[in-house]
Amino acid sequence: MRDFAYLRADSVEAARNAAALPGAMLLAGGTTLVDLAKCGVAEPATVVDISHIEGLDAIDVSAERAVIGALARMSHVADHPQVKSHFPAVSEALWQAASAQLRNMATIGGNLMQRTRCPYFRDPQNFPACNKRAPGSGCSAIGGVTRGHAVLGVSEACIATYPGDLAIALVAFDAEADLGDRKLKVEDFFLAPGATAEREHDIRPGEVITAIEIPGSAAARRSTYLKVRDRQSYEFAAASAAVGLELEGDGRTIRDIRVALGGVATKPWRARAVEEALKGKPLDEEIVRKASELAMEGAVDHGANHYKIALAPRVIARAILKLGETA
Amino acid sequence: MTVHEMKHAASDSARLEAVGGRLSRVDGPAKITGAAHYAFEQRLEGLTHAVLVGATIAAGKVTAIDTRAAETAPGVLAVLTPDTIMALKTASDWFGTPPPDRPYCPLAREVTFSGQHVAAVVAETFEQAVAAAALVKVWYDETPAIVDLSDGNAGDGIAIDAMTKEWGDAEAAFAEAPVRVCAAYNTPREFQVAMEPHGLIARWQGDQLTIWEPSQWLDGMARTYAEWFGIPFENVRLVSPYIGGGFGSKALALAHSAVAAAAARMLGRPVKLVLTRPQNFTSYGGRAATRQTVAIGADRQGKIQSIVHRGVNETAVDGMWVEPLGSVTSIMYATPNFSSKQNVVRVNTVVPGAKRAPGENPSAFGIECAIDELAYELGLDPLEIRLINYAERDPHAKKAWSTRQLREAFATGAEAFGWAKRSREPRSMRDGHQLVGWGVAAGTYPVRRAYGEAMVKLLSDGSAEVESSSIDMGQGTYTILAQTAAETLGVPVEKVSVKLGDSRLARAGVTGGSRLAGVMTGAVYKAAGQALDELIGLALSDPRSPFHGLQANTLVVKDGRIASPRGDGPELSVAELMGMLGCEKIEAKGDTVPASFTREQRYNNYTTIAMALPHTEGDYSRHSWCAHFVEVRVDEDFGTVRVSRVVSALDSGRLYNPKLAESQWKGGIIMGIGQALLEEGIVDRRHGRIVNGNLADYMLPTNADIPDIQTISVGIPDPHSSALGGKGVGELGIVGVAPAIANAVFHATGKRVRDLPITLEKLI
Repeated sequence: MRDFAYLRADSVEAARNAAALPGAMLLAGGTTLVDLAKCGVAEPATVVDISHIEGLDAIDVSAERAVIGALARMSHVADHPQVKSHFPAVSEALWQAASAQLRNMATIGGNLMQRTRCPYFRDPQNFPACNKRAPGSGCSAIGGVTRGHAVLGVSEACIATYPGDLAIALVAFDAEADLGDRKLKVEDFFLAPGATAEREHDIRPGEVITAIEIPGSAAARRSTYLKVRDRQSYEFAAASAAVGLELEGDGRTIRDIRVALGGVATKPWRARAVEEALKGKPLDEEIVRKASELAMEGAVDHGANHYKIALAPRVIARAILKLGETA
Repeated sequence: MTVHEMKHAASDSARLEAVGGRLSRVDGPAKITGAAHYAFEQRLEGLTHAVLVGATIAAGKVTAIDTRAAETAPGVLAVLTPDTIMALKTASDWFGTPPPDRPYCPLAREVTFSGQHVAAVVAETFEQAVAAAALVKVWYDETPAIVDLSDGNAGDGIAIDAMTKEWGDAEAAFAEAPVRVCAAYNTPREFQVAMEPHGLIARWQGDQLTIWEPSQWLDGMARTYAEWFGIPFENVRLVSPYIGGGFGSKALALAHSAVAAAAARMLGRPVKLVLTRPQNFTSYGGRAATRQTVAIGADRQGKIQSIVHRGVNETAVDGMWVEPLGSVTSIMYATPNFSSKQNVVRVNTVVPGAKRAPGENPSAFGIECAIDELAYELGLDPLEIRLINYAERDPHAKKAWSTRQLREAFATGAEAFGWAKRSREPRSMRDGHQLVGWGVAAGTYPVRRAYGEAMVKLLSDGSAEVESSSIDMGQGTYTILAQTAAETLGVPVEKVSVKLGDSRLARAGVTGGSRLAGVMTGAVYKAAGQALDELIGLALSDPRSPFHGLQANTLVVKDGRIASPRGDGPELSVAELMGMLGCEKIEAKGDTVPASFTREQRYNNYTTIAMALPHTEGDYSRHSWCAHFVEVRVDEDFGTVRVSRVVSALDSGRLYNPKLAESQWKGGIIMGIGQALLEEGIVDRRHGRIVNGNLADYMLPTNADIPDIQTISVGIPDPHSSALGGKGVGELGIVGVAPAIANAVFHATGKRVRDLPITLEKLI
């Protein structure tokens, strides 16, 4: 039996203390941890159950900002009226993630800690080499089945795709993660693999995500999340885009635009080159499509995932143009 | 049964409980409330748990297994390896071919596919067994593997001469035909993916073995267990009360079954072994990957002059599977010249197996896409070309169809779908960013017939019992046998209880090939008729009966009440009559087996597939038929395909229960949508290993992927196919769905995708 200690934290402070223990992992909704334990990836020495901490599931939304407690359920946030009106891309990203059963269990903090779906990462028994699991052991995915793997932010150590949806929207709208003693941009919270594929998040021992804060903006209010995948539900993105748009008074010139990509990169990927190319430009299909191509600068494919390089800009363009059609 | 009687029964179908009535599944409430206990949910005292260790290479030898750490792990009772598991005997195959006299070891020394079982751990708890299995260390001497059909070392394979079908001079006629199409069509390795995994509980009591295991074939599997352990067939009891989906995968006792039964024997305790979801992709075979080339030559009016068909399917290094790829090709269209040949190629995989409509399904993908291509080549409507080449009789067997309502299926389906409004040119229908396409394809499945038996009991309270070792894997056996018994006996359906899934009951052959309903309704009809005859005989002859001395040759029973046909005598309930007769119960075991059968022939009838009746036996060729009309929407930017409408018209003959038949058809159509757009076992070529062997990565359709599906029955009773006039239902629905979708995708986009599944990168 793989034994582990189980601790129930009743306060954030207790959770932080327990999280500092060697081999400690936090348990909230359990949809990631239990899954990874089953496939032999997660082998925690101590499971710190934070799901009973009171007050961490609050959802507080105004036009200025959204503060979402780490224990808020994905389904509650998705269905929150103010989230829908001030941050539609956030709600849409959540609704298109996972399944109803998982959304009812999974929490927002846990969602940020979701790991890649790389099949080689998830099968230690058959594929011992994985730089995420065992630093320096190599990457089984490179040279293997790569249809779902990343084309942006990849390294020789790792090409695993960041699988989530919510974080794409968070990165597009400059959200921050509250870690107690420090806050950092969600964009910086996620780390591209580089030579240290095992480090996926900028989180230190003893740190606990307590909330996500999303600043309000006109672009966030006029936003959408477009997810393209093989089937209509319950699948990770082949490519997705969180896009926000603010137009000048002429109703045509782009004042502010936010673009982030999912399903194609090793971390939630902000496409700033697309944003810069479109600011001040008219919302015109040809211009938008051309600018969207800039998102793929530096893209590297591994054969079967080549289609993502063509697909992702089309997803961005469609999302922007769709927003342009809305008043 | 005469045709007149059959018509009479059909006209009764307004009654829910009669054969032909839309009775809801009688096992439904037990299933949705959780009261239904599936085979390996039994709780036994002293139950132990086995977990398998799978090979991490695809080819080579096991050179050493270190079991020490596992053996000393908490709770471990035994670690089994090829060296330590008890010796078994080789069992006969499903044709009953006498096996070679050599031992059988279900744990491999010679590895021929990744995931093959090489060891097993038995422990007091499941968790202990899982943990200990991870401690078993296996060393291999790895050799190069042939991973799939496209492997450079795969070769052309073995010619299967029995699959060759030829008439006329097909190659010459094709070469001379003024209009020709020729293309290659590929289907990938697909899996059955039943919700309920494979697994079993095995318990020995002396030389008596009881197996609780989901099974499509209790008697066939019991025979295998008996032969493995060298015990009499009667000593094996298989129990399989409910099955959470089989789709062809649960008809055989497999290597993991042998491991559990051997472990139970060695330990003297019951053993439970359930495959993990990934193991369900490597412990038994799904549908073999196939390659077909279809060449059709036609005259300028669209009349086919020749069809040349070549097929290949993969099989295992140490097992043979032939997926009959010419089965639909050879009968769907009339042609004066025809040639179909097939090879199989050995690759390092678990031996492929049956998945819904094995053979017909990929066969239809080839010919039904090819005929569509011919239609566009000629500028003809895809429906029109099918009618131009309509086969008025079986072109291969040269016999009349028993019934073939395919013309009616085309007409009815086209009308309901609105096919006449189709725009001719590809890429000519659009809805915003969605390219809209319409496609049609036909499907067929042979009527597989066999002999069956059933026990019917009339009890003193007026209720009835039906007993059979056949099974219900969701298709509705419980329900239609209750309906058959109720109608035949004249008792209300709620007074009929049906017991299935226990090999101690009246014997039954395999539930596969869409044969069970036809076989078992016939057997129950016969047994119930015998029981009724006995009751009526007693009623007329026994001095204690109020009908004694009545000037009547027979009596009628309706709604559980018995009376004379003319209504001139007494009328009373069956229970009252049996009370007067002092009769506890009337039992009748009826069967449709020829009286001339020997004991051995009867045994083989239930434990092998060798005794099944050919569908072209006698004067007729017997098949179910269907036509699928589908609408797809393809995103012009993303290449994503969604099916937005399906109308299917199907001929399964007479339907014993239209509600259940429609569910089966729809299930097949949904499975076909998955096959067309999503399903593919993806192999890592370096390791010869399936990397998407789980329900997140092996894509199956979700509810959101499935549109409203309209199914229309166009069947008529077929007296040549079964006692009550039905033909096969379960497999028909999937046949032709994938080509209909592929044809619709071509109509939407102008792009012909001939490799399934049709994923977005093929259209982007």
